[in-house]
Amino acid sequence: MSVNPFTTAKEEVDLSPAVADEVKTTTCYMCACRCGIKVHLKNKKIRYIEGNPEHPVNQGVLCAKGSAAIMQQNSPAKLKKPLLRVGERGSGEFKEIEWEEALALASKWLGDVRKTDPGKLVFFTGRDQSQSFTGWWATQFGTHNFAAHGGFCSVNMAAGGLYTLGGAFWEFGEPDWDLTKYFMLFGVAEDHDSNPIKIGLGKLKTRGEAKFVAVNPSRNGYNAIADEWIGVRPGTDGLFIFAIIHELLRAEKIDFASLARYSNAPWLVIDEPGKSDHGLFLRDATGAPLVWDVAKKRAVNANDAEIAPAFAGKHKVNKRNVVPSFQHLANRYLADEFSPDAVAQTTGIPAKTIRRIAAELAHVAFEEEIVIEHPWVDAWGRKHDKMVGRPVSFHAMRGISAHSNGFHTCRALHILQALLGSVDVPGGWRYKAPFPKPIPPRARPAGPTQKPGEPLNGPPLGFITEPSQLLVDENGASQRIDKAFSWEYPLALHGMMHTVLRNAALGDPYPVDVLFMYMANMAWNSSMDVSGTLEHFTAKDESGAYKIPKIIYSDAFWSETVPYCDLILPDTTFLERWDCISMLDRPISSAHGAGDSIRQPIIKPDGDVQPFQDVLLDLGARLGLPGMAKDGEAIYPGGYVDYMANHERGPGIGPLAGWRGKGGQDHGVGAPNPDQIERYIENGCFWTQDLAPEQQYFKYANQGYLDHAAKMGWLDRPEPIIFQLYNEDLQKFRLAAQGHGNAQPPEAHRQRIETYFDPLPLWYMPFEEAQGDDKEYPLHALSQRPMHMYHSWGSQNAWLRQITSSNKLHIHTDTAGELGVVDDDWVWIESRHGRVKGQVKLITGVNQQTVWTWNAIGKRKGAWNLSKDAPEANKGFLLNHIIAQVLAPDKEGHVYSNSDPVTGQAAWFDLRVKITKCASAESGFTEPMFERLPALPGSTAAPDVSRYGSDLKPPPTGMAAGEKPLKSAQTRDWIGNRHENASNIAALPDGKGNKITKGIP
Amino acid sequence: MHPAKSVIYFTTASGAGYGLMIWLALLAAFGQGPHRLFGVAGFGVAFFLIISGLLSSTAHLGRPERAWRALSQWRSSWLSREGVLAILTFMPAGVFAFFWVVLGVNGGLILVVGLLAAVLSLLTVYTTSMIYASLKTIPAWSNSWTSINYLLMALISGGILALMLLQVFGVEYGAVVPASVVLLCALGAMAKLAYWRTIDVSPARSTAQSATGLGQFGKVHMVESPHSEDNYLLKEMGFSIARKHANALRRVALLCGFVLPMALVAAIGTVGPVMAMALLFVAVLFGAPGLTVERWLFFAEAKHVVTLYYGQSDV
Amino acid sequence: MTSLPTNPSKVKLGLVIDLDICVGCHACAVNCKEWNTSGKMAPLTDMQPYGAKPDGVWFNRVHTFEAVDEQAGTSRTVHFPRSCLHCDDAPCVTVCPTGASYKREEDGIVLINSDTCIGCKLCSWACPYGAREYDEDEGVMKKCTLCIDKIYNENLPLESRVPACVSTCPTGARSFGDLADQNSDVSKLVAARGGYALMPEQGTAPVNRYLPPRPKKLGNSLAPRMLEYSDDNSAGVLARWVDKILSA
Ligand SMILES: Nc1nc2c(c(=O)[nH]1)N[C@H]1C(S)=C(S)[C@@H](COP(=O)(O)OP(=O)(O)OC[C@H]3O[C@@H](n4cnc5c(=O)[nH]c(N)nc54)[C@H](O)[C@@H]3O)O[C@H]1N2
Ligand SMILES: Nc1nc2c(c(=O)[nH]1)N[C@H]1C(S)=C(S)[C@@H](COP(=O)(O)OP(=O)(O)OC[C@H]3O[C@@H](n4cnc5c(=O)[nH]c(N)nc54)[C@H](O)[C@@H]3O)O[C@H]1N2
Ligand code: SF4
Ligand code: SF4
Ligand code: SF4
Ligand code: SF4
Ligand code: SF4
Ligand SMILES: [Mo]
Repeated sequence: MSVNPFTTAKEEVDLSPAVADEVKTTTCYMCACRCGIKVHLKNKKIRYIEGNPEHPVNQGVLCAKGSAAIMQQNSPAKLKKPLLRVGERGSGEFKEIEWEEALALASKWLGDVRKTDPGKLVFFTGRDQSQSFTGWWATQFGTHNFAAHGGFCSVNMAAGGLYTLGGAFWEFGEPDWDLTKYFMLFGVAEDHDSNPIKIGLGKLKTRGEAKFVAVNPSRNGYNAIADEWIGVRPGTDGLFIFAIIHELLRAEKIDFASLARYSNAPWLVIDEPGKSDHGLFLRDATGAPLVWDVAKKRAVNANDAEIAPAFAGKHKVNKRNVVPSFQHLANRYLADEFSPDAVAQTTGIPAKTIRRIAAELAHVAFEEEIVIEHPWVDAWGRKHDKMVGRPVSFHAMRGISAHSNGFHTCRALHILQALLGSVDVPGGWRYKAPFPKPIPPRARPAGPTQKPGEPLNGPPLGFITEPSQLLVDENGASQRIDKAFSWEYPLALHGMMHTVLRNAALGDPYPVDVLFMYMANMAWNSSMDVSGTLEHFTAKDESGAYKIPKIIYSDAFWSETVPYCDLILPDTTFLERWDCISMLDRPISSAHGAGDSIRQPIIKPDGDVQPFQDVLLDLGARLGLPGMAKDGEAIYPGGYVDYMANHERGPGIGPLAGWRGKGGQDHGVGAPNPDQIERYIENGCFWTQDLAPEQQYFKYANQGYLDHAAKMGWLDRPEPIIFQLYNEDLQKFRLAAQGHGNAQPPEAHRQRIETYFDPLPLWYMPFEEAQGDDKEYPLHALSQRPMHMYHSWGSQNAWLRQITSSNKLHIHTDTAGELGVVDDDWVWIESRHGRVKGQVKLITGVNQQTVWTWNAIGKRKGAWNLSKDAPEANKGFLLNHIIAQVLAPDKEGHVYSNSDPVTGQAAWFDLRVKITKCASAESGFTEPMFERLPALPGSTAAPDVSRYGSDLKPPPTGMAAGEKPLKSAQTRDWIGNRHENASNIAALPDGKGNKITKGIP
Repeated sequence: MHPAKSVIYFTTASGAGYGLMIWLALLAAFGQGPHRLFGVAGFGVAFFLIISGLLSSTAHLGRPERAWRALSQWRSSWLSREGVLAILTFMPAGVFAFFWVVLGVNGGLILVVGLLAAVLSLLTVYTTSMIYASLKTIPAWSNSWTSINYLLMALISGGILALMLLQVFGVEYGAVVPASVVLLCALGAMAKLAYWRTIDVSPARSTAQSATGLGQFGKVHMVESPHSEDNYLLKEMGFSIARKHANALRRVALLCGFVLPMALVAAIGTVGPVMAMALLFVAVLFGAPGLTVERWLFFAEAKHVVTLYYGQSDV
Repeated sequence: MTSLPTNPSKVKLGLVIDLDICVGCHACAVNCKEWNTSGKMAPLTDMQPYGAKPDGVWFNRVHTFEAVDEQAGTSRTVHFPRSCLHCDDAPCVTVCPTGASYKREEDGIVLINSDTCIGCKLCSWACPYGAREYDEDEGVMKKCTLCIDKIYNENLPLESRVPACVSTCPTGARSFGDLADQNSDVSKLVAARGGYALMPEQGTAPVNRYLPPRPKKLGNSLAPRMLEYSDDNSAGVLARWVDKILSA
């Protein structure tokens, strides 16, 4: 380099530096979206992670979290060794122990329980993606006290959809992004389909012909790019949906043809109030439902191929008074109370807007039909020469489900989708395999095992269709620790993790022995009422013993929960282990076809940690659990990857669907294949199988699809799936509450069951609002997921926390004006349960009666190996502190969980608050402020500077001065959404990104 | 803009140093000296201020050891030009000082050299000012008052220092020098007032609307910052000072930096030498902090257009 | 020479960002950091990564703005990524005293030579767009390289030879290409969508373009008429269905 101060040192840039020594594919787990990634490794370090362009989920894109995986791997909060608690719970005093000691201790604790009363093991897992495995383990162990976190997450959506359409908006379906012309998004900030939703919205908007309507109290993120934002008042979407249905009914803009064929709308319902079968379907001797045939003027089997069913009108059939179920539906929603004018005030949506939205929906559904010229055969053997679509689609998530009235709201939206005839049609909302399922799916939850030391007689979770299936004792008391499937929360399909600590500590319904948790930050952001929950963790009886005697926990990081547990089994990061994203669980299927995927270890762990799944199999073998050990030998000595390839859940059905059979020729069902994992890796760690064109739509009644689904093991019978708009199963509970049948609710719950088990969706004011005082707590308080953070685990990430290390309370400018607060003021946010302090940010894109903040940014001091002055702990705050675990006692003094009365879904978004400006001495720091947790045992302080990549920087080219730069590859223009843009811009070549499909080679 | 101590010291000290250098050359040109002691002190102070100022400016650099590279871009960069001129100035200034102080020579060629040093000093101060005045991104700087202020301030601070040294070393200086300093102070005060008026009333050059191109949808304001803690841009460019404080400081700067020195210098003709010395001493005592406050304000009050992305509505 | 190239580049590579579909997800910002922290400008140092004031070098930052029209009573929220615009008249280049900041003649990319930068920060003062990032730890300025070590990189497959922020963008809001060529794909996109430059009054002649958010589709353009009710009361509606074959 020249040292003459008057000459310019010219730089020669190496345009083609070597990027990696090796590129490996795997599946991202910075969130639950399951994107495919390509990890570039250099000197055994991660050089770069990019989305795998071949992968069906993300098609090459990668979100902020995924890109930050490098820093997750680099986190100073990683656990490094098994820990045994030596101080009090919460003190964070541990000693490091060897794995052998840890596993011996765990198997002793577990073994003791199993020998006496396996149900005293409470096994709850959190954000894991191996629930079919952990659930199977629980079954083999013999505890029915198992669930994952879904009960506090989105069970309302899952149940609402599964009990209506046999699939749900959530992860079980997706809009037909490429064809839909009208898309409505209800209450979504980010969702599990993180990248697919973004890809879909980008395409949809770029196509330009579709309209995107966002229904959300807040206008950030996805909602900001909507064509129309409807700033609904929280908890009132049900009314909005009913008013739309009201309008559609009045104008007869209903797809009667579709309903006649594919729904129970015409099924005849017994209409004899007081009778024990009032409100149930009238069935013939074979159990088949009946419809009134208008042409034949008599009742016929609803399953007959050619029917002309009536949608209204009373009839007498077999001496019973009956009406089509649709008449109930129409009667309910045609009522004046659901007219746009009647709901405008409560929802905050002007009546004329509701009328216009209804008109737009009707217009697109019925006047802008899409026709795909592809013949298909329906379940009645009738040939259709084309596929006709009503291109209206909805997607919805926790904004409507995380309310105490969420189940009914979710069901209402699924019903609206069906009324418009746009379920699984071109341009509509589509199922992802293995959905649709029978309504509801046929698995029933198993109760407590009959004999200690024996497995359960079925899976711990399932679908209830009538009161006799509830898991209650002879007094009607819950048999499960979380009270799922009890009279209190009968359809709690996903369990109720949010009630476990409280119930276990209070011994309600009974005391437990071992609490075993995995990947859930229950001592902080996944619990309601954090301080109450911490008291449950540490509660002691008179003898000074912990009321929850033993807590085993697997985490990978120094989270807030680790210090509250007794035995810590440190997990690897997702880049260090095998995982299996299975069709038995939450696969990567899309509307186009089925798919599943794996994770493979990309780098070696830097601590003495073990993949939890391996540990679970090891424990299973030590305990001699069936399926895991035989004659004292482990069945899967190779650990989880061995299980992935060789386990069979049913004949020929295993965790992975691809390349089964000896030669890998079978898909779906087939013998285990010793090379299966290798085949996955060769294929980028995933398997997909597109449905044939004739199977793509109308899957609920498409014979080609149904046969395929049965062959693949997704359905036990290739029979059509009929939408249950009117839900008879719910009516059975109501009948029980009205005094019919053997299984009747205890008095305390009778009224509640009768009210909320309505066979048609209803709306009621969310409990917190109904119980509270409007004047005292006038505002709704919500949390939302930041797109770049995943719950608590993003804050240890050096890059992501730079984006958000503290959260503000967003408040409408006008509301702030009334309260006299300005940007950055510190305020108390107070609910009936307590108060928390934070800073405000004024915006206009929010419902005026609503305030919101980012979820899970606030951290406890000392956790995650952040410094004690980290903003997360000093300025960041959680709304969880002020969300009560239980509702105020009812008239009889009964205390219910702060949850939906049907499904037990945690009602996070029912929170009502008042805002008051802090005194100046109170400003500057958040409260409540908990005692600082000690440092992670055996850890070193986090670094003050991070220079990641300095050692991977390409060396200088060493080019002599004046030498011509290297000849380099040509660049090619990259057009985002090239295909959609090409459809609008003349002369823009079609293709994807920088690949052109026609013209230029 | 963040008022960095090193830059404030650099611009004020080197400005005063070059100002003093100019005065020394002018004094010589108008027949003063050579006076050995006064010369030692005068050049000593001038060189000290210039060199310490330049050194201080390198403290602002991330890589001071590479500072020499800054000479290369004189064709385009005012900072580079300043570096080149600063070095160039040392040559005639050194020769001049050597002849004047060590050899005791004045007049003739040395005078020319001295005047050359004065011209280069003036140019150096001008290049310094142009570093700021050339930045379109900072409307408070990119106006013609910036250079005028820098030049006047250099002459004022240099003039007061020269007067003080003349007085200390008992050198006769007549009435022209103090009169000029008084005049410069008056001009300086007016220029400063004009500068403030300019920056107060000039319409915004850029707005949050033009910065984002979103003006067609209404008035634009930031609702979510890219990072919750301050980043480099905000630390460097996001500094802001409340109007109230700025106004108070402006009064301090005007009073201490211009009005008081002007009055004091005007008064020296009416008092005895000891008293005059005392008055000049007081002038320096107030003038130095006054001009420092002025320079601090020059940074602190200047808004950078990048703040439009961070909540400012116009700059 | 840190003067701008005397032969203005024939190729002007740059980015095009579609504000109509950007959801503000920060994917571009983080993937940019990820690529570049081991790339030409490595490292993109982070100060206090786990401390009180975490602050590191980023070449791309995503803001959110609201535009409020009080008269019309409307407001909208727009996400807004911000990175170097590779200006044609780049003031960050001309102010640089060392020549460390330069604009490539070949493709117009504005780069910093971190071996000769003295960290005077002047270029960051000169840039109107906040595109220059000072690395406090190394004492040098850093900035977006337009992923120069990626876009031409023959070790990568074609679909990866594009700036990191572009290929990663989940919504497809980012495009890349030669904005000098009026017939290039990106130029066509810009023309079709009315792409604009930021702060033209600063005279920097940016190469990057932003595509404006499109007009919102409200009812009038979509639903031609309101629904006509088949009867004026609900009983009447129901009565109509009693004998009617509705499944035609
Ligand atoms: N206020 C409010 N609270 C809410 C919600 C809300 O909307 N508002 N949402 C609720 C919902 S839907 C959910 S799902 C929960 C989510 O909350 P959690 O399920 O608690 O999710 P995380 O906080 O991410 O915690 C998961 C735990 O897993 C650990 N972990 C991360 N990676 C690994 C790994 O590879 N192995 C192991 N063993 N552990 C790992 C983390 O360190 C962390 O302790 O939050 C709930 N809480
Ligand atoms: N980046 C990121 N992605 C995630 C997660 C994460 O932590 N980070 N978590 C994952 C998990 S566990 C889950 S459960 C999903 C959740 O995915 P989402 O459901 O998208 O997440 P939330 O943040 O709970 O968003 C709820 C939205 O509903 C709105 N809302 C609240 N009340 C109402 C209402 O009454 N009506 C309507 N219409 N809207 C309402 C809120 O304003 C908010 O926008 O996201 C998953 N994906
Ligand atoms: S959405 Fe992001 S974090 Fe989640 S799996 Fe995909 S890339 Fe990873
Ligand atoms: S990645 Fe795309 S959508 Fe996300 S912030 Fe960047 S430009 Fe916007
Ligand atoms: S955006 Fe800023 S850094 Fe980039 S070329 Fe323009 S002036 Fe220079
Ligand atoms: S900081 Fe470096 S690149 Fe910027 S102007 Fe100074 S020397 Fe040039
Ligand atoms: S072009 Fe490359 S360096 Fe520039 S912002 Fe995008 S990713 Fe970052
Ligand atoms: Mo969740």
